[in-house]
Amino acid sequence: MQRAGTGWRRLTALGAVAVLTAAACGSSTTGNGKSVTVIGTWAGDEQTKFLAMVKPWETQTGNTVKYTGTRDINTVLAAGVGSGVLPDLAGLPGPGQMAEYAKAGALKPLDSVLDVATYKSETAPALVALGTIDGKLQGVFVKAAVKGLIWYNPTLHDYASAPPATWTDLMSQATANKGSAQAIWCLGLGSGAASGWPGTDWIEDIVLRQSGSQVYNDWWAGKVKWSSDQIKKAFQTYLTDVVANIADPVAAVDPTKDFSLAGDPLFSSPPGCEVFHQASFITGLGAFKAKKSGTDYNFFPFPDIDPAFAGSVEGSGDLFGMFHDTDAAKSLMKYLVTAPAQDIWVKAGGALSANKSAVDYPDDISKRSAALLTGAKNFVFDASDQMPTAMNAAFWTAMLTVTKDPSQLDATLASLDKVQASAYTP
Amino acid sequence: MTAVPAVRGSAAAAPPRRRNPLFGRLALHGTLVVLMFIWLLPTIGLFVNSFRSASAISSSGWWTALFPPTGLTLDSYAKVLDSTNIAGGFINSLFITIPATIIPIFVAAFAAYAFSWMNFPFRNGLFVLVVGLLVVPLQTTFIPILQTYGKLGIAGDFLSVWLAHTGYGLPFAIYLLRNFMGSLPKEIFESAYIDGASPVTAFFRLALPLSIPAIAALAIFQFLFVWNDLLVAFIYIGAVTPDNLPMTVQIANLVNQFGAGFELLGPAAFISMALPLVVFFSLQRYFVRGITGGAVKG
Amino acid sequence: MDPRLVTAAFVVIGVPAVIVGYIYGTELVLRRASEKLRSRARPWLWLLPALLFLFAFLVYPTILTILRSFQGKLAGTFVGIDNYTWFFTSPDALVAVRNSAIWVVLLTLFTVGLGLIIAVLVDRVRYEQVAKSVIFVPLAISMTAASVIWRFMFEYQSKGLPQTGTLDGIVTFLGFNPISWLQIDQFALNTILLIIVMTWMWTGFAMVILSAALKGISPELLEAARVDGATEWQVFRGIVFPLLLPTIAVVSTTIVITALKAFDIVYVMTGGNFGTQVVASEMIRQSFNFGEFGRGSALAVILLIAIIPVMLVNINRFRAQEAIR
Repeated sequence: MQRAGTGWRRLTALGAVAVLTAAACGSSTTGNGKSVTVIGTWAGDEQTKFLAMVKPWETQTGNTVKYTGTRDINTVLAAGVGSGVLPDLAGLPGPGQMAEYAKAGALKPLDSVLDVATYKSETAPALVALGTIDGKLQGVFVKAAVKGLIWYNPTLHDYASAPPATWTDLMSQATANKGSAQAIWCLGLGSGAASGWPGTDWIEDIVLRQSGSQVYNDWWAGKVKWSSDQIKKAFQTYLTDVVANIADPVAAVDPTKDFSLAGDPLFSSPPGCEVFHQASFITGLGAFKAKKSGTDYNFFPFPDIDPAFAGSVEGSGDLFGMFHDTDAAKSLMKYLVTAPAQDIWVKAGGALSANKSAVDYPDDISKRSAALLTGAKNFVFDASDQMPTAMNAAFWTAMLTVTKDPSQLDATLASLDKVQASAYTP
Repeated sequence: MTAVPAVRGSAAAAPPRRRNPLFGRLALHGTLVVLMFIWLLPTIGLFVNSFRSASAISSSGWWTALFPPTGLTLDSYAKVLDSTNIAGGFINSLFITIPATIIPIFVAAFAAYAFSWMNFPFRNGLFVLVVGLLVVPLQTTFIPILQTYGKLGIAGDFLSVWLAHTGYGLPFAIYLLRNFMGSLPKEIFESAYIDGASPVTAFFRLALPLSIPAIAALAIFQFLFVWNDLLVAFIYIGAVTPDNLPMTVQIANLVNQFGAGFELLGPAAFISMALPLVVFFSLQRYFVRGITGGAVKG
Repeated sequence: MDPRLVTAAFVVIGVPAVIVGYIYGTELVLRRASEKLRSRARPWLWLLPALLFLFAFLVYPTILTILRSFQGKLAGTFVGIDNYTWFFTSPDALVAVRNSAIWVVLLTLFTVGLGLIIAVLVDRVRYEQVAKSVIFVPLAISMTAASVIWRFMFEYQSKGLPQTGTLDGIVTFLGFNPISWLQIDQFALNTILLIIVMTWMWTGFAMVILSAALKGISPELLEAARVDGATEWQVFRGIVFPLLLPTIAVVSTTIVITALKAFDIVYVMTGGNFGTQVVASEMIRQSFNFGEFGRGSALAVILLIAIIPVMLVNINRFRAQEAIR
């Protein structure tokens, strides 16, 4: 008994000592300025760049930005909106969630916060429209990306002088210049719980250029069926021209393989593939990160398919909204979308700005991608990101299914039709 | 049902009788060594990879680094320690974990004692209800609790996480302790009551000390669950006082939204594992035979 | 001084003091009450702190969840049992229910079985502490790290490329083609692989508790049986196993519930693709990704209902335990 009693006391003492030691090491933080809490999906190097971007604002105002990144942004904001405990500013998971938060009254309109005239003049109308709910500006794009770039390794074949102008041209050039490469395309759809999304970009890029933005917009809005001729044709193009020309469909859909590394075989010897389709942000990922832009890798834009729809570009971006309209939060929000702020981020590389006046791009590749984004004749936002989340998730999974087994196409489209029938009702 | 005498003689400590032929001993050691190897293998893979660059990790298997040229580097460890406020996160993790381990143990011990040695109506029904609460998915509790915290103004404080982890940890804590206390022999309590002890005395002098192995096990698990928790802390703290977030948040944030920086997770995992292992080692000595003497009857 | 130090000191020393003080306080008050009232009120006073916590953090939210499960996507729109019929008529649901059942059966079998074997075996060797620590290590690893660790195990590379996954490294070394482990949905093999990951993490849990219980068994009792000529197997079956049974039941119940709630490993390893979704992962997806809190709540309620049989077994077991003591 004596022995056991001693043990118990030691157990408690152990805990007490540990906490006191910890507390002694801890340091308190005090500041005079106001702080603005920000939650977003940016982490790692992106977080570093975001913090660099807000630094001048902090110096100027004496306020502090308390930023935290999370991958559970959906859960965190859903719980926050449900309970009312929210950060001052937050990155929003997508346009759908933004609309929900705005309707719930959680998001504060930005019309009186930003310099709206300047914002509208500097930003693509499609992006302004996406952030507007019922006539009020609820979200802005702090960061953007252009989708549908075709990356290649110039040492294998340099497309810079004569980039393919049409899809047919691309396929014939790529077949002719394959050389020692094992396959024409690199493809990787793995992305954790969001696996499949790189495939949705493929279908969207094809639909946009094959059937035009009217069909594209009706499609994500749920007014064009998945089994319709236009959408089915896009899937077929993807399956016959892309999936049939990759090294290993099993590897393309494997959940252990991340899309961020899918383009790496461009640089292996012999090359695993000749061309690779991915958004502008790939330059910050995988083997691209360590390679030299322009000499080790380059891109040409997704070529037109039907000349009637020439000049279409798809983009995406990270939406940002405000939950508390404190003066400091408003001031930060206003600052974030300005060209000087955006210039800091784009200069650090790996991201584009939705702001046309941000021009401080570090290299030719990012300059050209930004020009595509801001100069597009017809700019559209990522279709899957605009679909209801249940539809979007079904789309992701469908890409895995058909890529692995193209014979499943009809069955998959039929099941997507079923999801479409229910996902759009509020 | 006689309690076995609590005397521990030298006979008890003697190795098992040599009835087993050599074959049996070999099978015993063989099985254990194989199991240990299987259990270590995945961690060894991560360990080796934690000393390799991102490009090496994704272009060749970790075992290739076991043979020259190994190309091992401490870069990732240096990056983890440099690029993030991991020290601050570590302190916060301690601040969150230690109270969130101690409070539920105390609360649960009293409840477990009541459930095992006091009579009251609906005792078993209530107890099973408590255990059944184990199945409640924590995610379903976030919104109402955060709402309450918002009204009380404690969202963002360490207190909010301490209380939440206490609530979440109680069903298992009560279950484990009640099972252990309930198996203590009736006789020792009866004789204590005959000597005029109150339930309070019986609890502190008998039930609690005799339950040390179960309490040690519980302390380890509760410590681990809280230490490794990411979501609960983020929900109750993240939006208001990000300075209070635990180390798990900083570790998860080493990787950007597209997966860049995954090579840093290995080093970070080993840094974060260190303390739980120390806790395990220091509490392991409470699992030795004989603390309860012959209390558990045969 | 750091204000956090004061708070921490208050909590670590103060809170236990308050709780202990509370118990002493109730005893002082009870002394004035009649004997009958005293023995009636005492258990409730001892239970009160726990019940308050449980009510606030688990019971109250669960009541809200049950109510929410009868409402649509928008809170406040009563839809009857629509959310339940939705689940049981969706084609994916059958797979999710099947997988959850496989999880419950196999995870419990694997972790409790292995935990018991290891606990019994390490009791007989001198490197017991080392062996237990090795099995325990995965428990100290966070889910984020565990997912990376097992990606290195299951990683697939096409034939001809250098393999990076441990399992495929072995497979190709033996001369076979690499296997895309997490895509094999025949016989729910990929689900079983995910269960193995969880087994790796949770066997240490079963082992620690079972080992602690094993240490509580009097050595004299076993020695007496051995002297009587019982073989080691007979000692285990006739004495050790029956004595461990209550603890095995506790561990099994906990693991059954863990298996039902397991979703993060599914989420991070396969995203629920290739037929690996479970009821719990579907619940999280519906609630937090799709904003379908009605459906998500219905799934949570289904999980609650699923454990009723386990709880009934527990009631019987505790009645039996009390009848013999």
